[in-house]
Amino acid sequence: MNWLETLRTAADAVRSHRLRSLLTMLGIVIGISSVVLTVGLGLGAQDKVRSQIDALGSNLLIVSPGSSTGSSGVRGGFGSASSLTLADADAIADSTVAPDVAQVAPTTSSSSALAAGTTNWTSRIVGTTTTWPQVRARTLTSGRFFTAAELATGANVVVLGPDTASQLFSRGNPVGQTITADGTTLTVIGVLAESGATSTTSSEDDLAVVPITTAQRLSGATSTALASLYVEARSAGSLSAAYQEVNAALLTAHDVTSSSPDFSIATQDALLSTANSTNKTMTILLAGIAAISLLVGGIGVMNIMLVSVTERVREIGLRKALGATPSAIRRQFLIEASLLGVSGGVIGAVIGVVGAVILPSVINQPVSISAPAILAALGVALGLGVGFGVYPASRAARLTPIDALRSE
Amino acid sequence: MSTVLSAAPVRTIIDLAAVRKTYATGAIAVEALRGIDVRIAEGEYVAIIGPSGSGKSTLMHILGCLDVPTEGRYELAGRDVSDLAEAELAHIRNREIGFVFQQFNLLPDLTALRNVALPLVYAGVGTAEREQRALRALDRVGLSERAQHRPGELSGGQQQRVAVARALVTEPSMILADEPTGNLDSVASADVLALFRELHDAGRTVVLITHENDIAAQAERVITILDGEIRSSTSKSGDVRSGDLT
Repeated sequence: MNWLETLRTAADAVRSHRLRSLLTMLGIVIGISSVVLTVGLGLGAQDKVRSQIDALGSNLLIVSPGSSTGSSGVRGGFGSASSLTLADADAIADSTVAPDVAQVAPTTSSSSALAAGTTNWTSRIVGTTTTWPQVRARTLTSGRFFTAAELATGANVVVLGPDTASQLFSRGNPVGQTITADGTTLTVIGVLAESGATSTTSSEDDLAVVPITTAQRLSGATSTALASLYVEARSAGSLSAAYQEVNAALLTAHDVTSSSPDFSIATQDALLSTANSTNKTMTILLAGIAAISLLVGGIGVMNIMLVSVTERVREIGLRKALGATPSAIRRQFLIEASLLGVSGGVIGAVIGVVGAVILPSVINQPVSISAPAILAALGVALGLGVGFGVYPASRAARLTPIDALRSE
Repeated sequence: MSTVLSAAPVRTIIDLAAVRKTYATGAIAVEALRGIDVRIAEGEYVAIIGPSGSGKSTLMHILGCLDVPTEGRYELAGRDVSDLAEAELAHIRNREIGFVFQQFNLLPDLTALRNVALPLVYAGVGTAEREQRALRALDRVGLSERAQHRPGELSGGQQQRVAVARALVTEPSMILADEPTGNLDSVASADVLALFRELHDAGRTVVLITHENDIAAQAERVITILDGEIRSSTSKSGDVRSGDLT
């Protein structure tokens, strides 16, 4: 009896008990569809995070100030020290010190009340240099960014984030109008495009960007303490080299050892893995539930196959009397179990894909359809059918034809 | 030992010599067959008769290669099948024996045609040839126009004829019928028995197992079995040994 014939016999058996076959498959259907969905949700969330982090800029290193230790011995958190200065930015930008660094954008950050006419809005004032749009991968929807000359003179110009612009100017083009910040009048010269990136602490779309010289004058600070230094490497390949160079340059400039640095450098990958670790935990949890569902589904297949063998003892006996060898009988039941598994897997995969298409519009979460995950799920379904079909099939094969024919 | 019809051909299909079968049920060993010697020639029509518990079912199982003897030798169509393994016995059953059962034993989900073709599936015959041969076998039992019917759509007599067609389809050495009329009314019984008669007339070897004297009387030779031993072998040509068993 060849495989095709066995497959046909198995398909007949599955078809002739439609309801039972469907119920048998149910566990596998649920298991496989949840695997496809959870993997899709996990990947979708990862893609979302990646695109957000990519939106920060490409080949980016973010240098943050380290912790400060006060005179009383109290240590502040990371970022509390004012250990980063414009001198550091200049040092890193020097191509002999750090040849793999393309551009550097130092930033200061402070909160300030902005006003346009009678409209007030509290926003973040970011002081930076002309390299900022390039390093942070930002574009403008209207107007222009400030020039090197404006940076040098500390001109009273501002580029607004899209959210800030819409809050302050509900109508009309903000470019050319003026706002006041801490009593200083600033002329709006441009509006940024949306970044697509959201950070938990501050929006990248609600900010007012001014020349760093202007920012220092606004805050009245004499120091040049930076909130962070954005460093763009020449290419993705030179990112780790740039990391080493920036690290070495800053250690030398600050005269500290690598065991107690007063700054920290984060890469996009580091940010990504931090963001994904929570996602991963969730995905593993959901996949675990799906795996249990698959196990239960497999046991369901075994259970029904055992019932089926008992119920079809006469059929088995007859087939044996007509010349079926034990291995032909084993193959028949094994293929029947596999067919149940695979059919359940296919139905489950279809439901999973349909769910992945529908779900994003319901829960506002992207769901990726992953072909490898679907193929793996189908493989698992087949494996379940075979694995849990072995025992019932060998029981069928072991039946002696006399006992089988004698049963009523 | 056995009586061979004068017109019977020379070739011996079945040759049982001193066959014993012992079943061990717990501590007690039950001797179902206590030394059976039977020889059946090609083309014979033999009935094996005996009351329940006589050992005729055990003898049928051994004749049908569904079981092997504990002792003794069984040659089927010239081959010793006394102690073959399960898989080899399956091949022998497939090639040499056409079974007809009391319960018909047709698969309810398959058409008559596919039921008849089933033994050919296990013989490894291709689909087209299988269908052709199954149709021919159905034609032989007069049911070719019912080929696409399922067993549930056929009468008992028709179902048993389909079963006979299935027994014929592999061109086996013998037809082994176990109480083939046990589930049929008298008309259908006569119908099926007439079919066996026809097959015998066409040169087939038919072995019929029954407990009814009038069914057994259809055969050319009646072998009576009681308590695991052969009591008599009576052929129609008049060689009566002790046919007074009722």
